Amino acid sequence: MRALLDLYLKTMKLAIVERFQYRVAEYFYMIGMIAEPVIYLVVWTTIAESQGGVVGGYTAGEFAAYYIVWTLVRNMNIVFTPYGWEFRIQHGQLSGMLLRPVHPLHYDLAFFAGWKVVAIINWLPIAAILTLIFRPTLDPTLLEVGGFFVAIWGAYLVRSMLLWALGLITLWTTRVGAIFELYFTLELLLSGRLVPISLLPAWAQQLADFLPFQWAFGYPIEVLIGQLTPQQILYGFGMQALWILIGLGLIAILWRFGIRRYSAVGA
Amino acid sequence: MSISTTTIHVKDLRKTYVVPERDAGLKAAIRSLVRRTSREVKAVDNISFDVAPGEVVGFLGPNGAGKTTTLKMLSGLLYPTDGAISVLGHVPSRREKNFLRQITLVMGQRNQLQWDIPAIDSFELNRAIYRIPEAEFKRTRDDFIELLDLQGLVNKPVRNLSLGERMKMEIAGALLHRPKVLFLDEPTIGLDVTMQRRIRKFIAEYNHRYSATVLLTSHYMADVEALCRRVIVIHHGQLLFDGELSALARRFAAYKTIEVTLADASADLGVYGEVVEKDAGKVKLRVPKAETSRITARLLADVEVTDLSVEDPPIEDVIETVFAQEAVL
Repeated sequence: MRALLDLYLKTMKLAIVERFQYRVAEYFYMIGMIAEPVIYLVVWTTIAESQGGVVGGYTAGEFAAYYIVWTLVRNMNIVFTPYGWEFRIQHGQLSGMLLRPVHPLHYDLAFFAGWKVVAIINWLPIAAILTLIFRPTLDPTLLEVGGFFVAIWGAYLVRSMLLWALGLITLWTTRVGAIFELYFTLELLLSGRLVPISLLPAWAQQLADFLPFQWAFGYPIEVLIGQLTPQQILYGFGMQALWILIGLGLIAILWRFGIRRYSAVGA
Repeated sequence: MSISTTTIHVKDLRKTYVVPERDAGLKAAIRSLVRRTSREVKAVDNISFDVAPGEVVGFLGPNGAGKTTTLKMLSGLLYPTDGAISVLGHVPSRREKNFLRQITLVMGQRNQLQWDIPAIDSFELNRAIYRIPEAEFKRTRDDFIELLDLQGLVNKPVRNLSLGERMKMEIAGALLHRPKVLFLDEPTIGLDVTMQRRIRKFIAEYNHRYSATVLLTSHYMADVEALCRRVIVIHHGQLLFDGELSALARRFAAYKTIEVTLADASADLGVYGEVVEKDAGKVKLRVPKAETSRITARLLADVEVTDLSVEDPPIEDVIETVFAQEAVL
């Protein structure tokens, strides 16, 4: 366990060092990422103001809070994508990873966790600017702040496991981009990324309940902006744990069979 | 050699790939959407060999002979189609942690170090991955830095290093955990002569210091001559030769070289064989191997010779002869 912790800390450190290498690129990346929630925010604020200040229970200030917290959650749930898997296989990097006496999943989890440290540091000034411009209504309790801290790491793990499992399909197909696009579209609509879940039609909300996406996106935001009761927060932790376990199970199965199929394409 | 006294044991090893095939052009591309064709390619076809602890063996063959495929199977990256492999008592394809901690595979054309950061940081990660005790890690790292002359380079981002510097760094990183078995796939490819020599010297030193077993592929015969007493030659996936490097020349060389120093520099030796070099009174003749004794005797009888020696051709020429063969002997 100590050795694994050492590996995680070293890998995280490596990720931080690497990400700090390209400071300007990092900021441009951040600015690009902010564009998406700002567009949603402007649209929903305008709708809210035109409908007497409230839409689906959200005031303009609550929308601002939702989408500003969104920017942090989005940074937190960036994980190793199936596109990365394509590159990793086509360029022989997976071969190098398979030679190590450590499962590559550990490396990816630690590496992207390290990135988060840099992402949070870079996010703080952007969050401050957005707060000054959009005046969010955000007054979380201590429980909500603590719950949010756990939930964003839970969101990171949920998305990591599911996209890792999806990426493993590359061991059979070499390319998996098209499947990822389908995943991404469903995630956009049913995760709380495009619009808060509670604003979706009832049927879409019911569908979202059976899928993992909201637990990796909308749920942590709702925890912090005070949309959930303590029971709902606890239920969310349980759902995150469930989807992490489902993801791990999928990874275990796909890894076992996929690695036999792997024929070191281009390695 | 019994399995218990060998580090590497390979028996009837086969690897067959199924390769998709289609003709060129749009029509063939559309047809391939509904009807795919493929063919089987035997990359490795029934090879067997053993390698003893501490041995350095050259694994030779032309491009596409099956060398890299064999190394990948030996290191656990590929599952064999058939046959048995044992490396340090482990079945490589199971990729047990204890096995992976004792081997390394260095591929000359592949980088494993992090591109954007100094190698010294990647070395630290390797320490954590292989659970190397801190003191041992520092000692090994500093030794390698000195042996490979890496001072001043380990703190530069890997992307800023030259090809040769990067290769030295890759090798250092890959050996920090002091593996007992080294699979080296063209470790000197594309490097200048000085850099090749440095890497060769390092491999020899590592083998000497840690009694490591080394299986090395290289297209540079200088690597093989400097490091390997024994070579294994494969061609079209099949084993062509396994024995001492000197025996390879004896078996495959179609000719020998007779070097004579003449008392009369103007004498024409063209009738005895092919004159490949002439410098003042010194002449090099290439003669068919079977004719060597007869031609030597005729030379000594006909011409006034002050010195004469018979040599096998350079190993490059022997290998070229072997690789040029279309069918396995």
